[in-house]
Amino acid sequence: MTGRQLWSWLAVALGGLYFLLPLVGMFDFSMRMQRGVYSFQAYRVVLADPQFQQTFGYSVALALLTIILGILLVVPTAYFVRLRFPGLRPAIEFITLLPLVIPPIVIVFGYIRIYNTSSVLPLTGSWWGTNILLLCGYAVLSLPYMYRSVDTGLRTIDIASLTEAAQSLGAGWARILAVVILPNVFVSVLSGAFLTFAIVIGEYVFAALLNVNSFGPYMVWMGGNRAYEPSALAVVAFAITWACMGLIQLFTRFSKFSTARR
Amino acid sequence: MTTITLSLPSARQPRQVLSWFGVAPFFLFALLFLILPTLNIVVGAFRNPQGQVTLENLGKLLSPSILSAFWISIELSLLTAVLGCLFGFLIAAAITLGGLPRPLRNAILTFSGVASNFAGVPLAFAFIATLGRLGFVTMLLRHWFGINLYGSGFNVVSFLGLALTYLYFQIPLMVLIITPALEGLRREWREAAESLGASGAQYWRMVALPVLWPSLLGTLALLFANAFGAVATAIALTGSSLSIAPIVLFAQIRGDVLNDPHLGYAIAFAMIVLTAIANCIYILLRMRAERWLK
Repeated sequence: MTGRQLWSWLAVALGGLYFLLPLVGMFDFSMRMQRGVYSFQAYRVVLADPQFQQTFGYSVALALLTIILGILLVVPTAYFVRLRFPGLRPAIEFITLLPLVIPPIVIVFGYIRIYNTSSVLPLTGSWWGTNILLLCGYAVLSLPYMYRSVDTGLRTIDIASLTEAAQSLGAGWARILAVVILPNVFVSVLSGAFLTFAIVIGEYVFAALLNVNSFGPYMVWMGGNRAYEPSALAVVAFAITWACMGLIQLFTRFSKFSTARR
Repeated sequence: MTTITLSLPSARQPRQVLSWFGVAPFFLFALLFLILPTLNIVVGAFRNPQGQVTLENLGKLLSPSILSAFWISIELSLLTAVLGCLFGFLIAAAITLGGLPRPLRNAILTFSGVASNFAGVPLAFAFIATLGRLGFVTMLLRHWFGINLYGSGFNVVSFLGLALTYLYFQIPLMVLIITPALEGLRREWREAAESLGASGAQYWRMVALPVLWPSLLGTLALLFANAFGAVATAIALTGSSLSIAPIVLFAQIRGDVLNDPHLGYAIAFAMIVLTAIANCIYILLRMRAERWLK
């Protein structure tokens, strides 16, 4: 037993070294902007950069819109499939798996070919069109996570009884979804939402190929032109990923206490 | 009970139409922004600029530069998938079977959730700051141990550097997927094997690994696809100095005006085929693996 424990500690220690060194390295590098002393200069420079404020704000807004679009698409679908069309389940599961199978770069290539300026629906031609296209692309990327978490949430509640109860009180479909179903799966929706946020905020390929100046392309531009600021940006991005995953854990744990397990 | 089930269909009939409106937006959305764009690429791969059906584009994939890009991509994805599986398995085995304190197991699983999502541009920056010419580890090795990393030919902007970077999200993904499988290994199986006189090695070879192999191979396929489709990490790390398939496609799309868009279609099509094969293997094997985990 002790021999096995020794090997386990060794594996975890070596793993820990590999996973912590890049974090230490990136943090260390981000503090070295001023010669000879550790300082937060790189962060100050980055945070004061109007380009940063603009691209970061844009990406946050886009991530939030993606989450809303994802909820609007996935919650009614998952609900109606569970309640009325169980036969559609395999089809929906297949579609929501596709974004994991098809590389994102291929999807965005398809957008550029279908929605270019000489097509029926020239979305890439205008500012609004490009943003809508990017939003829809991110919603596609978030589908696997959104659908899976919402569907898991729906499994734990008795939607048939809830629906009948709401209907007998005179509620329509929109009301049932918004007032009865959504609050009941809210924790699951949130975990999908945070994951979506973490994915969208620093996304590069979609934004770069659609020529949108969001946070991802801004980071790449910084990487090519500056020395210390990219590390500061990486620390910020890592903190955001941590926060998103931490919030998911927090909410899932919270929900385990608040709702009875089935 | 029977009265309820009998009364339902009549009540359901008029609402059925309405329910279709609940799922229609999803299908319309998937059609417009997922299925049609992909089909466009697939069809385009088999068409020439005049719109005739042809295999010419796929033939162009066999040109040395494109073939070598795919080859490097496959090597990179395979290497990081195999190493990711191996190290991920060791870490997962350590935290599930190794008798480590429970809080450590939870901390490692949480960290794996973060690290498997910490891909793309920031990850590349972290590795440049660590193993770059002036990176943390490079300097540490030089000042403390007198090892000149870059003098020995290492460069973070290389195949090896990219592989080391990819492992940062490959290993945690393996840990996340394989930990439940390892926890599904029942204690009774081991006890039964031991009571029949099996050694530890025999238990692993004849009981545990046959149960685990669908999970292991399936995750290997998933990690392969995961690495194969990664573009942002590679671009942020290497610029375009290392030509792997997704970067070649990226350059093709960017330079569409100058280059042949149908060659781009063919590259994209080949990428879909490769990741689709890998994912199909994953899904099939996972279905097999789940038999044992219930």
